[in-house]
Amino acid sequence: MDILLASCAEAFRLLFSGDPDTWEIIAISFRVSSLAILCAVPPALVIAFSLAYGNFFGRRLLILLFNTFLSVPAVVIGLTLFIVLSRQGPLGDFKLLFTQTAMGLGQFLLCLPILVCMVHVALQAADRAAWETARTLGASRVRAFFTVLYEIRFGLMAALLAGYGRIISEVGASMMLGGNIAHYTRNIPTAIALETSKGAFAEGIALGIVLLFLALMVNALLQYVQGKGSINP
Amino acid sequence: MFHQLSRLSIALLFTLLASSPAHAADPALRLATTTSTANSGLMDFLLPRFTEVTGIEVHLIAVGTGKALRLGREGDVDVVLVHARRAEDKFVADGYGVDRADVMYNDFIIVGPASDPAGVADSNSVAEVFSNIHASEHPFISRGDDSGTHKRELILWQSADKTPSGSWYREVGQGMGKTLQVANEVDGYTITDRGTWLAYQSKLDIKLLYEDDPPLFNPYGIIAVNPARHTDINYSGASKLIQWMISPEAQKMIGEFKIKGQQLFVPSAVNGS
Repeated sequence: MDILLASCAEAFRLLFSGDPDTWEIIAISFRVSSLAILCAVPPALVIAFSLAYGNFFGRRLLILLFNTFLSVPAVVIGLTLFIVLSRQGPLGDFKLLFTQTAMGLGQFLLCLPILVCMVHVALQAADRAAWETARTLGASRVRAFFTVLYEIRFGLMAALLAGYGRIISEVGASMMLGGNIAHYTRNIPTAIALETSKGAFAEGIALGIVLLFLALMVNALLQYVQGKGSINP
Repeated sequence: MFHQLSRLSIALLFTLLASSPAHAADPALRLATTTSTANSGLMDFLLPRFTEVTGIEVHLIAVGTGKALRLGREGDVDVVLVHARRAEDKFVADGYGVDRADVMYNDFIIVGPASDPAGVADSNSVAEVFSNIHASEHPFISRGDDSGTHKRELILWQSADKTPSGSWYREVGQGMGKTLQVANEVDGYTITDRGTWLAYQSKLDIKLLYEDDPPLFNPYGIIAVNPARHTDINYSGASKLIQWMISPEAQKMIGEFKIKGQQLFVPSAVNGS
């Protein structure tokens, strides 16, 4: 029990004493994961819209594939990208292995299926009439697209949170692709893994609490935005 | 809500772009080393001084010896610092690495239950330790991960003329810290490097039973990746790091590095110039 109490105290000390190392790790985590999810949103929306409204050969197979990719282990994504990005791999000339870009790529691939599937489900649940009405009223396809996006905003928000939750806390792919390099590719999850392997359990748990605390802040912010703007539009 | 959200995401985007990493464009030197040197804090102690002297920034990647050598073979790192003499010699002989130099050594120790049912503490040689454990069939936890420590363990079984198998021999496939924890939970024996033991000791009930025997010494070698195989690796940086690691200054620092008052590594470079 002592270790849990000590960890909580340590977590708050790390957070509020402005410990530069801790904040650097936090910054790297959020920077890489935020860029990854920002890059994943546009293709995910396009794919989810095609799956929901399109009518093309192989559509159901694609849906099945994306649903299956929800359960791909992060380590497998990491290993596959590792082989592709390694100097002997097909993309070896770009020297991307052990960089933040490689970590971001892994996280991009991890959150893409979540975004696609959850947005697709939200679109299915939404009234198809929104799209058709907008189109009938003379809205362009782009305009109609945003109308529908507005209709499914809650589903969209949930998709973003689920996707972000997966990648910000993911350790397997980040460890493999980033290499846990101090000041460069060490994010919160890989730092936790490192502290654990050093036997510094209190520091490891403390970083975990830091991650949860920051997740709480992000969620609270989004909930605030959501609540204010949408109950009585 | 959409306006607020888009304003929020634009602000976020700018924050992210503004905090662009300073490292991205640097031709940093990539050093793959073992968890024992990285997790003990030795490299954090040495490398800042190297960067100060040469201006070369080092990206440290801590993995097992097997993986470190593999990264070197594929040209994914520029230089490796590892401990598995046989594998290192093969690495150089196969043309993957050049300029190998001895840097230092630390030692392995045998730990296990305080009751010591196999009589490890009373053994007269490492071979006897391992044959006693084999005879007692008391649980032995093996790294089982192709790390330098695992390779050494297999050599020691060989030298005792025993083949470990059976339900008492458990390969966990994890790092040293985890392996010690498992050994502690099942009250079994294991072999560990001294650095990890010192870090974990206070949290464990198992005891140090056997130490200070030459077959347990663990030499570390530093090897540059062969520039003839991978033309665009940072060979000049690797050479500078090797030269510095065997210099009197670095050798002295290695000898001074302590955890909880105990020296972990003994400097052993022969041509410190």
